[in-house]
Amino acid sequence: MKPKLRVENVYKIFGDHPEQALEGLKQDKSKIEIFEETGQTVGVQDVSFDVREGEIFVVMGLSGSGKSTLVRTLNGLIPPTYGKILLDEDDVASCSAERLRKVRREKITMVFQHFALFPHKTVADNAAYGLKIKGEGAASRRKKALAALEQVGLAAYADSYPGELSGGMQQRVGLARGLATDPQVLLMDEPFGALDPLIRREMQEELLHLQKKLKKTIIFITHDLNEALLLGDKIAIMKDGRFVQVGTAQEIVDNPADDYVAAFVGDIDRGRVFDAAHVAERPITVELGEKGAAEKALELMEEHNRNALYVVDRDRIAGLVTYQELAVAAREEGRTDLSEVLVTDVPTVARETPLNELYGAASAGYPIAVADKRGRLSGVIETEAVFSQLSGEDNDAATAATNDAELSAKEGERQ
Amino acid sequence: MISPADLVQIPLDDWVNSFVRDFLVPNFRPFFRAMQTPVTAVLGWLDAFFHWLPMLVFTAGLTLIAWRTAGRGVAIFTLVALVFIDMIGLWSETMTTLSMIITSVLFCAIIGIPLGIWSARSDRVLFVVRPILDIMQTIPSFVYLVPIVMLFGVGMVPGIIATIIFALPPIIRLTNLGIRNVRADLIEAAEAFGSTRWQMLWEVQFPLALRTIMAGLNQTLMLALSMVVIAALIGAGGLGLTVYTGLGRLNVGAATAGGIGIVLLAIILDRITQSLGEKNAVRSPSLWQTLRSMMALGKSGDEEKAGKAA
Ligand SMILES: Nc1ncnc2c1ncn2[C@@H]1O[C@H](COP(=O)(O)OP(=O)(O)OP(=O)(O)O)[C@@H](O)[C@H]1O
Ligand SMILES: [Mg+2]
Repeated sequence: MKPKLRVENVYKIFGDHPEQALEGLKQDKSKIEIFEETGQTVGVQDVSFDVREGEIFVVMGLSGSGKSTLVRTLNGLIPPTYGKILLDEDDVASCSAERLRKVRREKITMVFQHFALFPHKTVADNAAYGLKIKGEGAASRRKKALAALEQVGLAAYADSYPGELSGGMQQRVGLARGLATDPQVLLMDEPFGALDPLIRREMQEELLHLQKKLKKTIIFITHDLNEALLLGDKIAIMKDGRFVQVGTAQEIVDNPADDYVAAFVGDIDRGRVFDAAHVAERPITVELGEKGAAEKALELMEEHNRNALYVVDRDRIAGLVTYQELAVAAREEGRTDLSEVLVTDVPTVARETPLNELYGAASAGYPIAVADKRGRLSGVIETEAVFSQLSGEDNDAATAATNDAELSAKEGERQ
Repeated sequence: MISPADLVQIPLDDWVNSFVRDFLVPNFRPFFRAMQTPVTAVLGWLDAFFHWLPMLVFTAGLTLIAWRTAGRGVAIFTLVALVFIDMIGLWSETMTTLSMIITSVLFCAIIGIPLGIWSARSDRVLFVVRPILDIMQTIPSFVYLVPIVMLFGVGMVPGIIATIIFALPPIIRLTNLGIRNVRADLIEAAEAFGSTRWQMLWEVQFPLALRTIMAGLNQTLMLALSMVVIAALIGAGGLGLTVYTGLGRLNVGAATAGGIGIVLLAIILDRITQSLGEKNAVRSPSLWQTLRSMMALGKSGDEEKAGKAA
């Protein structure tokens, strides 16, 4: 699929002699060296990425790493020194002022860190700003603005002024203003940076919730890795104006590209980043009605060194049998029917359940069944795998397990 | 003692004389005369209107305006001051002065606000405008009375033109300042939504600069009032003339009465324009709005509770 937004080798150098800075960059000099030698500030250097439609692309980095500069090049507020920014077929970096205005009016809007609401306009007029600029009539403007405010839960405040609202509410207005023109791309420069942690969580949830319905293409800037991991379909880690790593949350946490990224990843909440599918193993099962199922189950458990095994009944998860009970039943009473010893109340979770919600399921003491959307067994999680993944140990084993589970999931889907 | 004057004497006064008399006046007099026409028209209209308006109607009107903009105290002051002016027999002079002042301030605004906006948007324009304003503010007003008389003659309109020149700088400066001080993030936001320059000016910059611009207008108004007596030197009438003739004839009583009239008028106009500016900035929500937002708060609270219960 063609990306919605494609950024190619973008540089932004502040100063009158960008070529000097470029020369310095070629010689692998650092941002500080270049500034000391030439007086040019490197804002963004050689950044390229694609964002697909409906994706949240998060750019994460510390203060001064060039995030704001980068996101402002995307809608032309800051023209890049070199490089291309393709939004559909328009190159934002080089198109005419007229064309750029049209793009801003119709396709791309922005939500700002410090809200940047117009203090002299009511909440509704703020939300309607983009529509007014586009030349919409007063009535339809108000209708759309109210609809946008409704989405963020602020329709009741339409006729208040921004100064009368709390920070969290003001940022909702900012979001409504960004959404009112129904843009395809939404740029968000640390939108929740100025909010306190509680409101921040609430807004993050709300954004995810909205995004489920709206499916906008979002470029989200943050300096908070937890926020990045929660929101981002894809995350770029930025340092000194360049991307040091781009990947999904799990890729970044599992395989930090360098020490810089590793230092960040060190103290994040892994339980929120990884999901059940990540630690699941390819299920080893026996069929419920199979002939000699009991012997086969025992053999399998011995072979794989397990003490419990899942039993399936065609597509359904029938339950599990433990080695202990099955062995007793088979050897001492001579019975070979699995259903006698079948535990049917088994812990089952969805593939996308985050690890930190698995504690309850793990406490039953049985391996956890991972079911796909149609309720079929797609993997099994040994409880130890959960804890080793949470503690960040034993990455390789976990990754291997993931690959297995993913494989079986894909096979499952194909069938 | 030897001094530079023994070596070279510069006949600056002759040069200026010949520049004005032999170049400006003969070549540009018609041009300057033409410049007078709009001023003459506005002044004539205002002057006729204020003299036609019955004293009581005017007093009631201005008191009402003062009450609506600046509150009860200023309204009472306005009422008392206007009655007093009428009682000391200076009503007609006050109306003349008022129409002069309004005309001057109107033209100052018409010239000054666009010029201020222009210099706010272009550093190059500001670079040219700023030294001119500095000069205008440092030259004593007497100095340009002579060239004005030579170019425009004597009378009300030349007096107003001198007043305009004198009172123009603050409105230009403060318009420029107000627009330049609009928060950069708001400009950025307006730009991010695709505003044209005009939309930016009209929707964001001008409304947000309005308070500063009003402060400039207030200063311009005060400067215009301070020119009233000086303008009388070149033939303008009104309260300034009362003071001026009082001075000339050593008639302390008439000069004092005229002076008091000017001061009272100044206080009234100052208070009203000042509160106009403030009104624009701090928007105190009306009772109705407050009640409504309280209702809204209650409602959303209920919804939250309902949500939790479910
Ligand atoms: N207008 C400018 N002129 C010169 N240098 C600038 C300008 N704007 C930004 N910079 C420089 O570019 C670099 C990146 O700044 P930027 O604002 O993009 O950082 P950031 O990642 O957004 O930081 P923060 O998290 O603090 O917002 C910094 O070194 C900054 O000094
Ligand atoms: Mg920033």
